[in-house]
Amino acid sequence: MALKKFVVGCFEDEKVLFPAVAKVRKAGYKFHDIYTPFPVHGLDKAMGLRDTSIHTAGFLFGMIGTTTAVTFMTWVFTKDWPLNIGGKPNFAFPAWIPITFELTVLCAAVGMVLTFLYICQLAPFLKRHHFHPRATDDLFVMVIECTEKMNEEELKSFLGSVGAQEINTQVAEEGWWIGKYDEEQELYKEPNIA
Amino acid sequence: MSVTKYESQLREPLVMGNKTYGQVTQDIVHTIEAKPTRLWYIGFYVSVALLMFGVYSVYREVVYGIGQWNLNRTIGWGWDITNFVWWVGIGHAGTLISAILLLFRQGWRTGVNRAAEAMTIFAVMCAGQFPIFHMGRVWMAFFTLPYPNTRGPLWPNFNSPLLWDVFAISTYFTVSLLFWYSGLLPDFATIRDRAKTKLRKRLYGMASFGWSGSTKHWQRHESLSLILAGLSTPLVLSVHTIVSFDFATSVVPGWHTTIFPPYFVAGAIFSGFAMVQTLMLILRKVMNLQDYITLGHIEAMNKVIVLTGSIVGCAYLTELFMAWYSQVPFEQDIFFKYRIAGPYGWSYWLMMTCNVISPQLFWFRKLRRSVLFTFIMSIVVNIGMWFERFVIIVSSLYRDYLPSSWSIYYRPTIWEVGFYLGTFGLFFTCFFLFAKYFPVIAIAEIKYVLKTTGEGFKNDMSTLENKQVDDFIHEVHGDHHAEGSVKVAHH
Repeated sequence: MALKKFVVGCFEDEKVLFPAVAKVRKAGYKFHDIYTPFPVHGLDKAMGLRDTSIHTAGFLFGMIGTTTAVTFMTWVFTKDWPLNIGGKPNFAFPAWIPITFELTVLCAAVGMVLTFLYICQLAPFLKRHHFHPRATDDLFVMVIECTEKMNEEELKSFLGSVGAQEINTQVAEEGWWIGKYDEEQELYKEPNIA
Repeated sequence: MSVTKYESQLREPLVMGNKTYGQVTQDIVHTIEAKPTRLWYIGFYVSVALLMFGVYSVYREVVYGIGQWNLNRTIGWGWDITNFVWWVGIGHAGTLISAILLLFRQGWRTGVNRAAEAMTIFAVMCAGQFPIFHMGRVWMAFFTLPYPNTRGPLWPNFNSPLLWDVFAISTYFTVSLLFWYSGLLPDFATIRDRAKTKLRKRLYGMASFGWSGSTKHWQRHESLSLILAGLSTPLVLSVHTIVSFDFATSVVPGWHTTIFPPYFVAGAIFSGFAMVQTLMLILRKVMNLQDYITLGHIEAMNKVIVLTGSIVGCAYLTELFMAWYSQVPFEQDIFFKYRIAGPYGWSYWLMMTCNVISPQLFWFRKLRRSVLFTFIMSIVVNIGMWFERFVIIVSSLYRDYLPSSWSIYYRPTIWEVGFYLGTFGLFFTCFFLFAKYFPVIAIAEIKYVLKTTGEGFKNDMSTLENKQVDDFIHEVHGDHHAEGSVKVAHH
């Protein structure tokens, strides 16, 4: 974790954003991220992000639930403590379908939400640097990391030419840290980037 | 943005007025940022008072035992299980709206899903109280869980529908809560970033889990919502199916029928939508949300009500037919002597009127779009659905196989009624807190549909209607090459 320099360009309309994304990619700049107030369909493709595979996690967790339920009930009723219930078979699979189903859904849902929170690094008490407060309201905020090899002014004027309304440079921590949103925190005593 | 987003002019706009994204945020968040009104305080304190009365009623039941209720032989299930099924049924509309309508791509769900899901969670919380306290020795409630114990270990009976209920209700509650909260994260972040006071910034900052709105996060969030919806859809059907198994797998005449699962699920959706209507009509009036919960939304929900009401009516008639057709004297007696006639005949006819006959008025478009009529009907339907469960439970139990154990009349005690009122207190206490401190409409989802179904944007689209196909294609392709995107109605 370290402080990095970012050039931030804000767009007010997705009609302007989409062509801008294409132009930025064509010009060879790498996105740090684009922050949007709502899911903009097609933006992930336009940015060149690969598809998420979170559904695979859901499937695996669901399978864990299914096998846990079936094996556990089988073990309990045929091995551990076989109960004679009205002379019916001990391995009463049809009667276990409801619990098996519920456990499948429970494991899949809980597992998937936890996976989601983990891979997105979201949790209470975590704090991030937010590049623009209106990114969760009505602005589409495009953030490009400005490395030492890049010319900051050139990048800024390029963003202006593709339609960004508000352009600035921010030096910020790119990951999360434990903190409160009502307090400004100085993460580093001596920032290594001037 | 793209041509595929074009929507027919025949569809009503989902968001009225020419809104911008910023206005949507302002309209939904401003009540959270303002001080609560007097009306809110009155409603909240009344709910808390009801809740306190409920807590006292339950306290008496816990201390003195089930005898505090007027249950007897053979009416061992009375108001408690009636209320349980009623609340669980109400809890079905939220997931139906958020999950099934998401899979069916019904855009109108965005206006009502957040509050409907909240209603689901609170209703399931209320429902859970009844079977738990009906156990009598509530401190033994954990015996229902399969944990290694010193009694053998003796496991719960996995073949029992009552145990299936434990799993179904707790799964349903957990999954609904996760679905609801994952949808709330971005909206909490919106409130956090607007917050002016320190406390609000800190609390919503905590609640938003540090949500930033990153494109990658949104992509995963969308995928997560879709799969949770896919999981919730069979889940919501399974829950009331399992509740109906509590009855259907028994040998009590009037319960022992195979029609119960679909009939219960339809009834649950029916009563759930009625409760959503009751709450939404109040919310939109008090919080000025007429632009987001439009007459179109109300009409759509009324259509669901008339459909499910008719399914329920069909099931009532099927039950009567099957009782006659089975030629089982006990079945016939229960249905024709003790249910539609006899001391409890009034409750049967009340149920028939409220659930089957009166909702048929919704075939008239004028009535479907009348706020006052809808509000009255939503209450009527909920009364009817409460009596449906009462009829099923009590009128099957009060006269069974042995005439010597017939009981003529079952009247609840004040503590049974108090428990029911207490769950109303719990429900509305939660709902008042929700309405004040949570975004009652899914802000991000409204913004997502705004550019295709908002009134202002739909009007822009109308220029497309008059355009020649050749011109349109030319324009689209021209734009595409020029800017790498598709422009629509930009003249």
